[in-house]
Amino acid sequence: MTKKDLDKRKVTGPDGEKFEVDPLRDYFCQERPRVHDPARRIWEGFLNWARSESLWILGYGTGCGAIEMRPLMTPRFTPNKHRIQWRPTPWQSNVPSSAAICPSRPQARGPGSYEQMQGPKYVVALGSCTINGGMYWDSYNTINRLDKYLPVDVYITGCMPRPESLLAGFEKLKTLIREGRGEGQNLYAKHFDEYKANQKKIIRDWDMPDYNW
Amino acid sequence: MADKNKYREKFPEKDPDGSNIIDPESHKFIKVWQGPQHPGITGNMSLELILQGDEVMHCKTHVGYLHRGFEKLMERRRFIQCFPLVCRIAVPEPDFNEYCLAATLEELAGIKVPEAAKWMRTLILEMSRLTSFLMWLGGQSGAFGLGVAGQWTNYVRDLMLDRFEEISGGRIYRMHIPPGGVRGLTPDGFRARMEETLQAVEAAMKDVDRTLFDNAVFKRRTVGLGYIPPEMVDAYGVTGPNARAAGVPKDVRRDHPYLKYPELDFDVITGNDSDVYTRTDLRRKEILLSVDLIRQIMAKMPGSGEYMAKLPNVLHWKIPRGETYIRAECTRGEYGFYTVTDGSGYPRRINVRGPSYTHAVALMEKLAVDCNIADVAGLMSSLHTYPPEIER
Amino acid sequence: MMKALIERLEQKFRISEVVRQRNDELFMTAAKEEAVSLVTYLKEYEGFTHLVLLTAVDWLEAGRFQLTYLLNNNAVKADAGIRVYLDRERPEMESIHHLWKQAATYQRELKEMFGIGFPGSPRVDEPFILEGWRDIPPYRRDFDTKKYSEKTYFPRPGRKTYDPEEYMKKQLYPEE
Repeated sequence: MTKKDLDKRKVTGPDGEKFEVDPLRDYFCQERPRVHDPARRIWEGFLNWARSESLWILGYGTGCGAIEMRPLMTPRFTPNKHRIQWRPTPWQSNVPSSAAICPSRPQARGPGSYEQMQGPKYVVALGSCTINGGMYWDSYNTINRLDKYLPVDVYITGCMPRPESLLAGFEKLKTLIREGRGEGQNLYAKHFDEYKANQKKIIRDWDMPDYNW
Repeated sequence: MADKNKYREKFPEKDPDGSNIIDPESHKFIKVWQGPQHPGITGNMSLELILQGDEVMHCKTHVGYLHRGFEKLMERRRFIQCFPLVCRIAVPEPDFNEYCLAATLEELAGIKVPEAAKWMRTLILEMSRLTSFLMWLGGQSGAFGLGVAGQWTNYVRDLMLDRFEEISGGRIYRMHIPPGGVRGLTPDGFRARMEETLQAVEAAMKDVDRTLFDNAVFKRRTVGLGYIPPEMVDAYGVTGPNARAAGVPKDVRRDHPYLKYPELDFDVITGNDSDVYTRTDLRRKEILLSVDLIRQIMAKMPGSGEYMAKLPNVLHWKIPRGETYIRAECTRGEYGFYTVTDGSGYPRRINVRGPSYTHAVALMEKLAVDCNIADVAGLMSSLHTYPPEIER
Repeated sequence: MMKALIERLEQKFRISEVVRQRNDELFMTAAKEEAVSLVTYLKEYEGFTHLVLLTAVDWLEAGRFQLTYLLNNNAVKADAGIRVYLDRERPEMESIHHLWKQAATYQRELKEMFGIGFPGSPRVDEPFILEGWRDIPPYRRDFDTKKYSEKTYFPRPGRKTYDPEEYMKKQLYPEE
C-alpha cells in the first residue's frame, strides 16, 4: 500500500456508479486503544495463569534473530512442551517477537502487526540490538531502542540468542504474566500518543491509519 | 505440464516487450502483497503481485526491510573491526563473508596464510554450505506443504551446528576466520563425532528422498515451474545452483579455485532444465557432495601446525592503496567482496555482491509472471533468495 | 592472454591506469564517454558475458565518483574491472540496462545510495532500499551516519565509546 492509496478519491464501481471513498475512515477502525483494568483478584490470577500457558507467537522475523526460531521449532527443543506456538498471522497470535535488529522499514510494519493482535499481548525483544542498537548502534537505518516504539516486556540478550536462551526468555515472560506484571498493552494505551509520535518520527511516509486493528 | 498460456492468449493485452498491460480501472485485477509478514517468504522481503484470478500477471520485489547499512558502517571501522561485523550480512552461512574479507585483506596487504589454516577454512566453508542447504531444503518442502522434511533437515542441521560449536564456540556466527588464518584447529575426537554427524545427515537424506522426491504431489507441482532457459543465465546474472541446473557449469570452486579446492576430487553437478524440481534435485546432490567433500577434507587435513600468520599490530594496521575482488561459491551462487583501499587504516569502500541480488529482483520478477499464486512461495524458495545480502 | 587483451583494447579505446591485480584479474580506467562502448565490446567480442557487479566509490577529496563495472569471462576464467570517473557535482552516466537485465537493479541502488543518475534506466527513480529518505544519499562520504543515528533513534545513555587503538593497547600491551 502506498500513501496515494489512502487519499480521498472518487471511485467508479463495477456497475458504473460513482462514489467517494475516504479509505482512512471507511476501511479502518479509528478507535484508540483503551486501558483495561484487571479483574477481581482470584479471577485475574486464574486469567493470568491461562494467558501464561498459551503464548502464540507471531512468526514474523524482522531481523536475523529469526534464524534461531527455526531450530527452536524442531523436536530437539520442543517449544510445545513449554506451551509456545507459532502462528502465521497477527490475528491469531499474542506475542510479537521483534527479532534482533530493527531497521526502520520493518518498524513501519511492527506496530501495525502489534496493533492488529488481540489482547492481552506481550512483546519479546530478541537480541542485543533491540536494547541499545548493539552492533548497529551508529547505523542510519536501525533503531536503537525498541522500547521507544513498542512496550517491551522481556529482552533476550545475545547476538544471536541461542534457542535455550529464547526458551528461558519465554519462561521469564510466563513468570511475569503470572505475577500480573505483563502490562505492556495497558502501557501502550496509556502512552499511546508518545509511542505514536516516536513511530511517526522514523516512518516519514506514514501510510497507515493511526490505530488499525 | 499443460501450457498455461494457451488459455490466456487474448487477455490481458501485451506490450511489445511481452509484459502484460495492467489497467487497474478495468476491475479485472487484484493487487496482493505477499510479505513482509508472511510465512511463505524467505526472509524479510515482500512481493507486490497483481493477479487475475489466481494467476500472477505482474510482480514487483520490494526489499530494504533488513537494510543495516553495512557498507557505510565498515567505512567507519578499522579493518579488524570489520571482521566481527561482516558475518551478520548473510545469516545462514556467515563464514563466506569472513572468508571474503580475510582473503581480500591478505591479498592487499600481502600476507601468506599457513597451510593448516587453509585446510581449516575449507572445512568451515564446506560445513557452512551443508548447514545452509539443509535449512533451505526444509523451506523448500515447507513451501509446498510438506513440513515434516523440514523438521528432519533442521534437526540434522542442528547437529552440524554442534560441530561448529565445538570448533569455535559459536552456533550461528562462528567468527572463526579472522584475517591471517583461523582461530584454532579441530579439537580432540572431532573426527569421530563429525563422521557420526555425516552419517546422520545421510540417513536423513534417505528419508527426505522417500518423502519429498518420490512424492507425487511435489513432482506434479514443481516439474515445469519456474523454468530458466540457459540463455537467461548470463542475461540475468544467474549463478550457482540455479545456473548449474540449466546446464551451465558455473562453479567458483572449479572456475576460480580458492583455498584447498584444487586438491579435492569433485565434479561440477549440472542439470538439464532448470525448473523447481531440477533445482531441488540438484541441491540434494550438492548436499551429498558436501558430505563427501567434508570426508575428503577430514582425511587430508593436518591435525596440528601453524594456523595463524604473523600480522602487523592490527590496531594501526594500514593497508596500501589498491582494489580487488574476491569470490567464493556459497550455496546460492557467487559471493564476492569488492574492496577499495586508500592507504589509511579504514577501508574506502567494501561492496558485497550477494547472489540473491540478481535472483530475487530481476529474475524473480520475470519468473513469477504466469505462475499460480500458490506456487510463488515455492518458486521463491527454489531460487534460494536471501534478503539481507540484497540490501546489506 | 590478459596481455594480448590489453593490447587489443589499447588500440581501440583510450584506457589508462591498467592494473593486473592477479593473473586472472584486471582493472583499467576508461574515459566516461567511451565506457559503455568498451563494456559492450568486452561483452560482445571478448566473451566477458557475466556482469558481476556495478558499484561506486566516493572519492570526496578528489571531487569525483568512481563507477566500477566488473565483468567475468567464464570461458577463460578471467575478470575485468572498468573504472569510470564522474564529476561529483553533476554525477550522471549512461545506462547499461539493455545489456544485462540485472543492471537496472544496480543502477536503482546507485541512484538511491549515491545519487548518481542513469537516465533511461527502468524504474530508476523508485526507492529501492530506503523508505521516505529526506537526507543526502547515505553512501556519500559526507553523510555522517553516527550523527544521523543520534539525532533520530534515541541512543540509550550509558554507552561508552573507547578509541579502539588506545583501549586495546591498554588491554593487550600495557607495558608499552
